[in-house]
Amino acid sequence: MDKNGLIIDLEDICFGYPGRPRVLDKLSLLFFEGERMGLMGSNGSGKTTMFHIIMGLLKPSAGRIEVFGRPVKKEKDFRDVRKRIGLLFQDADDQLFCPTVLEDVAFGPLNLGKSQDEAKAIAGRTLESLGLAGFQDRITHKLSGGEKKLVSLATVLAMEPEVLLLDEPTTGLDDATEKRLVEILRGLDISYILVSHDMEFLREATTGITCMSNGTIVLDDERIPHTHIHVHEYGRYVHDHGRKWPA
Amino acid sequence: MLEEEFVSNGCLIHRLDPRVKIVVVFLFSVFVAVSNRFVIMLAALALGLSIVLLSRLPIKQLVRRLVPANMFILFLWLFLPFTFVGEPLFSAGPLVATHEGVLCAAQISIKSNAIMVMLIALVTSTPILTLGHAMHELRVPKKIVHLFFFTYRYIHVIHREYLRLVSAMKVRGFRPGTNMHTYKTYAYLVGMLLVRSSDRAERVLNAMLCRGFRGNLYSLSAFSLKPHDVISLVLMLALILALGVLEWTKMA
Repeated sequence: MDKNGLIIDLEDICFGYPGRPRVLDKLSLLFFEGERMGLMGSNGSGKTTMFHIIMGLLKPSAGRIEVFGRPVKKEKDFRDVRKRIGLLFQDADDQLFCPTVLEDVAFGPLNLGKSQDEAKAIAGRTLESLGLAGFQDRITHKLSGGEKKLVSLATVLAMEPEVLLLDEPTTGLDDATEKRLVEILRGLDISYILVSHDMEFLREATTGITCMSNGTIVLDDERIPHTHIHVHEYGRYVHDHGRKWPA
Repeated sequence: MLEEEFVSNGCLIHRLDPRVKIVVVFLFSVFVAVSNRFVIMLAALALGLSIVLLSRLPIKQLVRRLVPANMFILFLWLFLPFTFVGEPLFSAGPLVATHEGVLCAAQISIKSNAIMVMLIALVTSTPILTLGHAMHELRVPKKIVHLFFFTYRYIHVIHREYLRLVSAMKVRGFRPGTNMHTYKTYAYLVGMLLVRSSDRAERVLNAMLCRGFRGNLYSLSAFSLKPHDVISLVLMLALILALGVLEWTKMA
């Protein structure tokens, strides 16, 4: 049924708000199982919009969406998509709406029809796997920014999705939490698309980087020689890059 | 915002089952609100105060909470005696205060303070989350419980947004005064908060839909009635009933 592990197949998706240029303009995307795709693009290039279209939160004005080999059109189709694809929102305060961490993490499993005890067990397991054991009774709005982000990830992972869509997960995180997030993502056995502006983070957490510009995916394999400014230790002294002199 | 300062001092009243507290406060408020005799109102006030003493609430903070409500009552004292028709009691210039007016103002003062003292003693000693779950257990309509929870969860977020906006205004030299510029700025502030809250609500709903939300929220907590809960409930119900009987015997 899944064509060679093709999970997400977007074809010529258009989306726009009236009176403004299109946010998405004939966007096409193929996403395969096992992929860890990094997605870059300037602000307003339509990355978040694309995620919301995959999840059925926004309706495209034109185009075709196929997920797990099946065309998805109506709200009912998207309900199944949401069971198998998890979306991590940019702002953790949007994602965490329950008073306590336990209730929030158990919310998804309960919606999937799990019993209270099962949901609690899943929540406990998920929290533990993210190094958040004992967080169950913490009040969500009193968590720190990094903790909120990790708990949000737990609420998504608790639904045991096959694919993750992560929308700028490192915004506002310090280096230590960012490293922890990289470790967690690397340890997951899930395919994901990761939106970020952080080149270093993308390099560590993804297998390839795709660019978005003007509402569409830019396929650009051409090698272009270029120069750029960079920073590193001892940069003051005369030095060389990427070439070994013959001994 | 909403610091739960009366929660967790571990005494008997605080450990009561929240459902018992809600039922008692509700019935007590209804009885006091409809009562007509001063004896009953004073007895109710005494009952409220004794529960405050029992629960060892910090008196200073209790008074601090009573002050704003009593400011309203102060206004009643300014207007009611002079606007009620009845037997004249004294006059201040062209204004005549009536006996009935003074009595009415006194009634309102005692009643509202009795109810407030009871509310503070029983309800504010319960964490807000527990209250919500107790409401759910008492079969309060789901929508009300959800509104309650969401308000609690997001009032902090909105408050933070408000503080951010206020500091953004301050760092650009805004100083409130009595002028058009100030009014306009505050109107923008309120408008912006509304818009942001509505956007936030949209995003929260989206996040919930992504996690399979179909209109149901589930509660994970369970309460159990212990012997001291049952005893307290029966005792309080008996006292409230006694107040009711006092009121009724007067009518008969």
